[in-house]
Amino acid sequence: MEGKSKPKLDLNRLAMPRQDPKVRAKNFNEVALGYTHEMALKEATRCIQCPKQPCIGGCPVNIDIPDFIKAVQDNDMPEAVRILKSKNALPGICGRVCPQETQCEEVCTLSKKGAPIAIGRLERYVADWEREHSSELASSPNPPPSTGKKVAIIGSGPAGLTCAADLAKLGHQVTIFEAIHVAGGVLMYGIPEFRLPKAIVQGEVDYVKSLGIEIRLDSVMGKLATVDELLGGGYEAVFLGTGAGLPMFLNIPGENLNGVYSANEFLTRVNLMKAYLFPEYDTPIKIGKKVAVIGGGNVAMDAARCALRLGADEVHIIYRRSRVEMPARKEEVENAEEEGIIFKFLTNPKRFIGNEQYWVTSIECYEMELGEPDASGRRRPIIKEGSEFTVEVDVAIVALGTTPNPLIPSTTIGLETRKNGTVVADEETGKTVKDKVWAGGDVVTGAATVISAMGAGKQAAASIDAYLKQK
Amino acid sequence: MFKIVTKEKLCPVVDFFKIEAPAVAKKAKAGQFVVVRIDEVGERIPLTLADWDAREGTVSLVAMQVGTTTYKLASLNPGDYIMDLIGPLGVPSEIDNFGAVVCVGGGVGVAPVYPIARALKQVGNKVITIMGARSKDLLFWEERLNSVSDELIVTTDDGTYARKGVVTEPLKEVLERDKGISRVIAIGPALMMKFCSLTTKPFGVTTIVSLNSIMVDGTGMCGCCRVSVGDETKFVCVNGPEFDGHQVDWDLLFARQRIYCDEERHSLELWKAHHCQHS
Repeated sequence: MEGKSKPKLDLNRLAMPRQDPKVRAKNFNEVALGYTHEMALKEATRCIQCPKQPCIGGCPVNIDIPDFIKAVQDNDMPEAVRILKSKNALPGICGRVCPQETQCEEVCTLSKKGAPIAIGRLERYVADWEREHSSELASSPNPPPSTGKKVAIIGSGPAGLTCAADLAKLGHQVTIFEAIHVAGGVLMYGIPEFRLPKAIVQGEVDYVKSLGIEIRLDSVMGKLATVDELLGGGYEAVFLGTGAGLPMFLNIPGENLNGVYSANEFLTRVNLMKAYLFPEYDTPIKIGKKVAVIGGGNVAMDAARCALRLGADEVHIIYRRSRVEMPARKEEVENAEEEGIIFKFLTNPKRFIGNEQYWVTSIECYEMELGEPDASGRRRPIIKEGSEFTVEVDVAIVALGTTPNPLIPSTTIGLETRKNGTVVADEETGKTVKDKVWAGGDVVTGAATVISAMGAGKQAAASIDAYLKQK
Repeated sequence: MFKIVTKEKLCPVVDFFKIEAPAVAKKAKAGQFVVVRIDEVGERIPLTLADWDAREGTVSLVAMQVGTTTYKLASLNPGDYIMDLIGPLGVPSEIDNFGAVVCVGGGVGVAPVYPIARALKQVGNKVITIMGARSKDLLFWEERLNSVSDELIVTTDDGTYARKGVVTEPLKEVLERDKGISRVIAIGPALMMKFCSLTTKPFGVTTIVSLNSIMVDGTGMCGCCRVSVGDETKFVCVNGPEFDGHQVDWDLLFARQRIYCDEERHSLELWKAHHCQHS
């Protein structure tokens, strides 16, 4: 009977060290510091290698999670790297920004006991280990035999990079066209340095390039060439991974006053153009004393935390519903709160008020209350009449979400789009209604997560490969 | 990286550049712009195309030294490279046979007016061009503009060359004299474009202006360049750069152009101090 005794479950999920909130609120260095080697081994050892492996199904790119964790348990890091990278070209990014709590970790067998394996932290550890040991590891895998088929990918964000990597591994010749001056899309312009260091993104973009992929920067497709011109110019398939890059505004009076930013502009100045290093970098940004960010998503948290780090005295988040309806990751909300961001729930702007110099000085807001659930399933915010009050600000950041850039749809005949600007594509394959054209990521779904875009890129790559093979 | 092949000093603070950018040159149309970034730490700024040559694979830009980026650009020479050149961006000018048109160029605005006037002339318009500058030494391309115009009027604010005064004076006279004018295109400093629009308003002549807002990406992503046109918010980068001058909220545009005045001055002082040390 002795041999049948179950191993005791270890329910002590290991926390990851983070910078002290008081310190990190004043710098742009990464907040989460990552596991040490010992911590990674300890956390990996908690995995019971259950036969059902629900975590794999919880991952949008189906990483062989138990296998890579087993490799960590065995202290075989090169093997852990190999397993991770066979499914995910961007593990250092995913380990940092994936919402694991609603994906792999949510379905982990130990989740029922309240202590899922910290899969994201282990993924991050393995990716970081590889970067630190890159010189000792064999360089990129042997290139596969070339199929001689050319594929064009528009956009070098998570969807495009993933699609490109998978296609290159299958022997296709891939060119990525990127509109701005660096590759990475939202990973570079949107997500701040303290959550996703740009050197990590650069490293993973370099890995994708090492698979033989050409990335053409400064290439605004739709302007420089249309999709049909690409198809007529030797490319046999095109994947659109152009994201959701257009900022939404409130469309209320005063929104064009100086000091009112879209979150896209604010974050692009800070992250992409490195305005936090002005004047060493040429791009300026206004550092408010009193900043208000309007919105409750991850982008709102990012913008608020950037404003704080730039040196604002006080940063408010104005959100029209209550805490439970906030779409931001719980972890990011907690991080923001710890750093001193002030949340104003059930508040919605009515208008921006400015001075004679056209600078915003305050936001007039309504108090809100929650009514019946709306189409999104969340309770609908309703204005409390006569509840107007003002919030003093000198910088306001509108973080209401983004919609796809119409540049490609408007210049591509035969592409179907929805009212909100998203491109219609098959859910399983990413195939659009236009011959030889696939799409995936935010351009199809509207603003969503990095990993769901990667999943879409992966599915499209499989579908494109099948199409090219039967041609 | 984009190679500078030609540089020519048009006036003490204005330079002409021909830059290798074959893909952009192939697609460029009158009225469009490019975004340039000079170096790794550089800002992205929009510059309206002064010309392009698809066969040669070059685009031409004219830039006045006003801020760090344009000073950096002016410090470069043929054989040097600029980091990024992105385009062609924006909606091209509407080119049609309108009958008779007036093209007004003020200051460096003379440069982007040139390809538009040329295109309008090519499709059969009678083109009257008015070009103006503060002073004689700030005037350039008189001959070039003359070659695409049926009539050319030149003004200088201080009277050091040609007619003394500002461009709105001959503009008004032309509209009074020639009732057949069906369109005015005015490009130059925002203040000049505003006054051109005010001048043409009583005549009811469609007036197109090319707005020079601050931009970051230039592709509709950030909304930094937003302007109010006919009470609607528009992005200059993707909805423009050309708009109906009678509908533009000019005061808002002026205010938004000044957002970073202090930072721009500071940045330029530092660059000048550093640059002088090293040259």
